[in-house]
Amino acid sequence: MASIPHDDFLAHDDGHSHHDHDHKPGFFARWFMSTNHKDIGTLYLIFAICAGLIGGAISGMMRAELAHPGIQYLGFFATHIFGQTNPSFDQTLHLWNVLITAHGLIMVFFMVMPAMIGGFGNWFVPLMIGAPDMAFPRMNNISFWLTVAGFCSLMISPFMPGGTGNGAGIGWTAYAPLSTTGSPGPAVDFAIFSLHLAGAGSIMGAINFITTIFNMRAPGMTLHKMPLFVWSVLVTAFLLLLALPVLAAAITMLITDRNFHTTFFDPAGGGDPILFQHLFWFFGHPEVYIMILPGFGMISQIVSTFSKKPVFGYLGMAYAMVAIGVVGFVVWAHHMYTTGLSEDVKMYFTTATMIIAVPTGIKIFSWIATMWGGSISFKSPMVWAMGFIFLFTVGGVTGVVLANGGIDDNLQDTYYVVGHFHYVLSLGAVTSLFAGFYYWFPKMSGRWHSELLAHVHFWVFFIGVNMVFFPMHFLGMQGMPRRYPDYAPAFEKWNHLSTVGYMVMSVSIVIFLINIAYAFIAGKKAAGNYWGEGATTLEWTLSSPPPFHQFETLPVIGDDHHH
Amino acid sequence: MTATSPTQANGKMRTGMAALAFAAGMLMMGYAAVPLYRAFCQATGYGGTPRRASEAEAGGTRVLTGKTMSIRFDSNVDADMQWSFHPVQTTQTVTIGQRSLALFEAENLTDHTITGQASYNISPQETASYFNKVQCFCFTRQTLKPHEKVRMPVIFFVDPKILGDKDVQDVRQITLSYTFHIAPKA
Repeated sequence: MASIPHDDFLAHDDGHSHHDHDHKPGFFARWFMSTNHKDIGTLYLIFAICAGLIGGAISGMMRAELAHPGIQYLGFFATHIFGQTNPSFDQTLHLWNVLITAHGLIMVFFMVMPAMIGGFGNWFVPLMIGAPDMAFPRMNNISFWLTVAGFCSLMISPFMPGGTGNGAGIGWTAYAPLSTTGSPGPAVDFAIFSLHLAGAGSIMGAINFITTIFNMRAPGMTLHKMPLFVWSVLVTAFLLLLALPVLAAAITMLITDRNFHTTFFDPAGGGDPILFQHLFWFFGHPEVYIMILPGFGMISQIVSTFSKKPVFGYLGMAYAMVAIGVVGFVVWAHHMYTTGLSEDVKMYFTTATMIIAVPTGIKIFSWIATMWGGSISFKSPMVWAMGFIFLFTVGGVTGVVLANGGIDDNLQDTYYVVGHFHYVLSLGAVTSLFAGFYYWFPKMSGRWHSELLAHVHFWVFFIGVNMVFFPMHFLGMQGMPRRYPDYAPAFEKWNHLSTVGYMVMSVSIVIFLINIAYAFIAGKKAAGNYWGEGATTLEWTLSSPPPFHQFETLPVIGDDHHH
Repeated sequence: MTATSPTQANGKMRTGMAALAFAAGMLMMGYAAVPLYRAFCQATGYGGTPRRASEAEAGGTRVLTGKTMSIRFDSNVDADMQWSFHPVQTTQTVTIGQRSLALFEAENLTDHTITGQASYNISPQETASYFNKVQCFCFTRQTLKPHEKVRMPVIFFVDPKILGDKDVQDVRQITLSYTFHIAPKA
């Protein structure tokens, strides 16, 4: 890592020497017109926590309904939460589609991405490369507020007519023709437009990160000396830049097919609905790496810090992420094995998909090799990081199973797939977010969370999410299809266990919120480098919280440090 | 914040504009995918797109193989299309390589003139690149006056190269499916 010799700590006393003119703008100007990367990062994190609570509440509604076969609660939700009067049975069932759509879109676009990239990326990329701020601070502000506007658009959608009932019931994939002729009404337009807004915000964010990392590194900080978290955000920014415009094109075609009589995806006018799937998954597959790569970066920092060793195989780790990003663009049709691909095409996509397991394996191996022989301290971020490595590996293994075109014919659209992608996202990405949160929370706030509560949070969460998602593999193998609010009674036992697991998991979220409240009410003040010896990146040379403007004198990175 | 030197500001603008151009290029690639995908499907038969052969090609491939293939004809109308539309023959056994004729019958069930356009598909999809249409009512729009009834021809042949493709060796029947839609207004 970019450890710097102690006599090079040029910036360590910035907070004190400039204290007298380190003044901050007033409340409204500071938080609503912010151009400060740390404040915008904080806004992103608060936004992501709020969106995550809403998206998590929606999954609670789904798990409640799935606790037993038959339709129990959907009618109650439709009338009492979504304000529908006397919904028909079909409209009640339509609410299920609305819930799965909203849950997917919120968690992907308004929880994981804002937290990973907008939150931790904004906070720590400039700090770790020794830059005073992002390259385009005002564009940074636009990125955030576009994301908020997108979220508002998505939140309006469930209260608008969307075909069968209120809300957009098109799945997060928005396949045509369900999302075009199949769902008249403004709800779907609001949902699609929310992706336009969030996508535009993310593209601007990506441009900002690329420019910052290429132009604003401190003297001596070469690309090969950058901390791995910065590498992960750089690769992610390139993925965003390549993938999101393709999504923008595809959903713009949806909007014009819906409203302006174009026929991009309508066979009547010479279009093809399968084309939408190709465009969507050309974006959608890199998107899953967009959600996990920054997590990889955080885990590398954390494992290195608490093993008190530089990360094993630094260059291999950096270029494994590049390789995952590159190969991630040529595997998209493994989401489309049952759309009638020829045997040869399936063979290609199976092989290409499995190749991704190689750089991913390099990363898992290197994290373990970093811990090997290290002086490990089991602080809460390290426990979360080790949980991540285990859970992500489980999700990766089921991914290799699903990569096989032949097996996928059997498992596609079953709960096996739901189990797989929740292991890499809900358990993988989210676990890395909590790891990063406990790693950096005292740095960001200047106050200590309770380490005890953070450990309890981990164990309750770990048990809960495994109870929710592990049985889904069994259900999928037995043929339970996804996207239905009802199921055959034979599937009841595992579904019930899964719902109980959700309740356990939700207790852990309460512990998390209590821990934040505790930190602000009674938390001890955090020192500059509170993790001590192993924490060697530049953010640890600053006070906690860092001064409003940091690195007015740029730090110089010496040649003598190693990775 | 420290003042940034003009060269650093230029560098930032250059990188930022390059990244923006990159994103704009990908947006255009997204739209370019539409004609590229169509050309790809027509060239390869991907997704069950049959080939369209000229009269000359049809003459050139008239190799009598002696082998036969059963063809099944399927017809559909779009939900809001008030035509009746049926194949005159449901199946037909043809000699591979030989030009054959099939007839479809359509009737306008309404009291107003309707212009329709048929879309088509081959199943199994792997055979699509060997299914050649020489003439088809689906190549152009069809206009039917109120209660008018017409018979419409398809002239096609199955390319003898199908016999050399191991992926489709077990195929004994090819289905040609049509769906009539209301033609979009030009």
